[in-house]
Amino acid sequence: MSASATALPTLSTKDLSSDQEVRWCPGCGDYSILAQMKKALTTVGVPREKMAFVSGIGCSSRFPYYMNTYGFHTIHGRAPTFATGLRLANPDLQVWVVTGDGDGLSIGGNHTIHLLRRNVDVKVLLFNNEIYGLTKGQYSPTSRPGTKTKTSPVGSVESPIRPLTIALAAEATFVARTIDVDVQHLVAILQRAAAHKGTAFVEIYQNCKIFNDGVFEYATDKSVKAEHVLYLEHGKPMIFGKDRNKGIRLNGLKPEVVEIGKDCGPDDLLIHDETLSEPTLANLLSRMVNPEFPEVVGVLRAVRKPTYEELMDKQAADAVAKKGPGKIEDLFKAEDTWTVE
Amino acid sequence: MTPPNGSSGVITPPGTPSRNGHHTVQEVESITIRFAGDSGDGMQLAGTQFTNTSALLGNDIATFPDFPAEIRAPAGTLPGVSGFQVHFSSTDIHTPGDVLNALVVMNPAALKTNLKDLEPGGYLIVNGDAFGVSDLDKARYKVSPLDDGSLKNYRVVRVSIGKLTREAVAECKLSPREADRCKNFFALGLVYWMYERPLETTLKWIRDKFGKNPQFVDANSRALKAGYNYGETVELLPVQYKVAKAKIAPGTYRKITGNEALALGLVAASMKAKKTLVFSGYPITPASSVLEQLADMKRFGVKTLQAEDEIAAAGVAIGASFGGAIGVTATSGPGICLKSEAIGLAVMTELPLVILDIQRGGPSTGLPTKTEQADLLQAMFGRNGECPAAIIAPQSPSDCFDIALEAVRIATRFMCPVFLLSDGYIANGAEPWKVPAVANLPNLEVKNITEPNGAGWGGAAHENGAGDAAKYLPYKRDELLARPWALPGTPGLEHRIGGIEKQDVTGNINYDPENHEHMVRTRAQKIENIALTIPDLDVIGPADADLLVIGWGGTHGTITTAIERARRKGQKVAQAHFRYLNPMPKNTAEVLARFKKILVPELNSGQLLWLLRAKFLAPAQGLNKIQGRPFLVSEIESAIDGMLK
Repeated sequence: MSASATALPTLSTKDLSSDQEVRWCPGCGDYSILAQMKKALTTVGVPREKMAFVSGIGCSSRFPYYMNTYGFHTIHGRAPTFATGLRLANPDLQVWVVTGDGDGLSIGGNHTIHLLRRNVDVKVLLFNNEIYGLTKGQYSPTSRPGTKTKTSPVGSVESPIRPLTIALAAEATFVARTIDVDVQHLVAILQRAAAHKGTAFVEIYQNCKIFNDGVFEYATDKSVKAEHVLYLEHGKPMIFGKDRNKGIRLNGLKPEVVEIGKDCGPDDLLIHDETLSEPTLANLLSRMVNPEFPEVVGVLRAVRKPTYEELMDKQAADAVAKKGPGKIEDLFKAEDTWTVE
Repeated sequence: MTPPNGSSGVITPPGTPSRNGHHTVQEVESITIRFAGDSGDGMQLAGTQFTNTSALLGNDIATFPDFPAEIRAPAGTLPGVSGFQVHFSSTDIHTPGDVLNALVVMNPAALKTNLKDLEPGGYLIVNGDAFGVSDLDKARYKVSPLDDGSLKNYRVVRVSIGKLTREAVAECKLSPREADRCKNFFALGLVYWMYERPLETTLKWIRDKFGKNPQFVDANSRALKAGYNYGETVELLPVQYKVAKAKIAPGTYRKITGNEALALGLVAASMKAKKTLVFSGYPITPASSVLEQLADMKRFGVKTLQAEDEIAAAGVAIGASFGGAIGVTATSGPGICLKSEAIGLAVMTELPLVILDIQRGGPSTGLPTKTEQADLLQAMFGRNGECPAAIIAPQSPSDCFDIALEAVRIATRFMCPVFLLSDGYIANGAEPWKVPAVANLPNLEVKNITEPNGAGWGGAAHENGAGDAAKYLPYKRDELLARPWALPGTPGLEHRIGGIEKQDVTGNINYDPENHEHMVRTRAQKIENIALTIPDLDVIGPADADLLVIGWGGTHGTITTAIERARRKGQKVAQAHFRYLNPMPKNTAEVLARFKKILVPELNSGQLLWLLRAKFLAPAQGLNKIQGRPFLVSEIESAIDGMLK
């Protein structure tokens, strides 16, 4: 056993790398997410044996094999359920769920919602590339209308799911978005997610080089991204644009893009508050979609509510306080008994 | 006066004076009675109370609750009839009885659907108030059976249960509807009088149950006493019947249903194993009550989760097992279908998992409240790939306790999913259970690996890679081929598992053809190795018997009774009952080879029969009933007669 397995807090990214060969396609956005994940975890103060990665099925779900932690590659869409069971069995573990848009929102949409509403202390990373990669290029629940794929040869006619809107509707206590190639931002968001107590939901825009290359180019191309991405900062006005002269103002119940100095002054802009108990504002932000709006990245919502595990523990403690810890003998006396001599 | 016949025999001659001297008391060996009424009439409650009282009196008991899937079908209609059958006895009994000695019916619909089970000359206690024109119409009677002579073969006791109940509770300030709801206690009181049962157990139950509503305590108590006193005062019957205490082994007893016993067994197992029990289930009849009971056992360290669906329930349980708990889930047939993929993952990742399948009639939604034994082949084969799991089955409600411990033992010793195939009949049926001494419970303590298991660890019977002394090898096996269980949180044993084929020893992803075949065969052999740790198949009866009757699961009691009767008739019949279905006991082939004739009664179209024929080429014959109802003893008796002709 190497010293680094237990020593704190000197994990290196190498300590977190497993001996398995990484088999994603060259140029896949997953490589960056894996690298930033390791970087982020060197700072969170959790020894690697207390970390567990749980995944479903899909390209992203191979993630656990590449981390030198405990890992469980499960079945399609169901990772949230295994992660919940793992937390119940072992509340000392920091549990991460790695999932994709097909895995987490299509076959596993139900489980994602229930994990979030229970507020189990699990961090969910949803790699969103708006495509099914491992099954070779079919449209996914996040694909935009008109997306042409093998199963939508003349364009998808389905309305896409907005992952952050779903998460907020499911009462998620931590909701954030980041981008695979925006490495500093990605690390920072992963660290925030690690520190959150409760379910953290992070959507990561991720490029699929093979089947959906460039779908997020508007948000990653340095020449245009400033016009299309709004970096949320708690307590700060919502400003974006190459010249930092655009912002978001609330007009009635609708957000609108305004030009500072022309349409309004800086004081008229929306101020971001990730701690609001009502997720209404976060919901509006989650529904801002390119090209009409800049798309937000950063933490949309971060509130503290009792976790599922805390509430369960409290019920158990109350039951023990009321009647004492149960012994096997007590089991048998719950009903009337009689004795035969 | 002929005494109730059927299964019961007269012990004392008629003529013993009763307490008040006006009628006689006969002692009989056993009585079977059924309460039947509308599903809103409280028949399950009346039956349960009668059972509890009889159990506390020291009778042996067996019950058969039978109720519709609809919570409240329209009142008074045929589909809305709910029944509860109790067989209580001074001797050891194994079934709720074939034939009724007495039947209580609260309305014409209950009469119509239950009369066929009442013996000729049996007592038919009828709520005479419920035989109006519209009541008869709802039950599709053109004329009242009380008036047309069709009941002349029974001893009909017509009582105005509705009216008498209302009078009894008149002073309790209840609404007419509330007053009517006390009818079941009046009927129960009447039956308590018929069979000389004391009221105390039920009066106490009423006080506990309705403690917050003193007027309900008062009204239900009055109704119960009124029923009893009515029987005594009006000399309802010329005779009362008495069933003496059963001669059973000394010890402390309680009444238990199958699902109660499963819950207790699982908790006891977790405590013996010193592991947290994590139970996740999705409500489904007839499995829900296991989750309901465990949810109320938090002080025993049990964690329960009501999952969003059956798949989630299995996922939570397996995730918990990965984390070092005992992961358990319970469902019925339709739920097993949904859990199949997750169970395959548990087979592949070789994690412990206990799956309770409380079988009901199928396929699809099938018969939600009726019993069947038709999931055996689903448990055996119902997954993709070659995917063997252990299968065991309890033979009675009280056996559910022992078999729950056994399920946990196998799952943790062999790192595998274990199906526990109970059924609706066992789940809801009750019998006396001798409370075990804690010291006699099996030791289920599990040793989790805490150090790397490279060189020199375990048996390593199937090693194909170079051992690395400093490494944890998750698929390096012990002498019975079980893999080591390393718990997340243990330093130095970090590892990854999943559903993709494993390389032998290392557990890494591996697609080599030879490795796959080796792993498929190894997983199968591991399950076969369970047979090295279970008892041989016990053959009860003469070694030179002309016929062997083989059963599994909840038919045990009925088969046993049928064989006892056959032997009394001089027939040479032996019995073997499978509690272990996969793997089967080591001596199975040898047992099968010993008998020329083999009969396999099953509540399906021949699933165990299929396995026995396929695996052992056994010339066995099936007796199959697929009606959502348990066998009658007489049905098995006549099949035995037929085989021995």
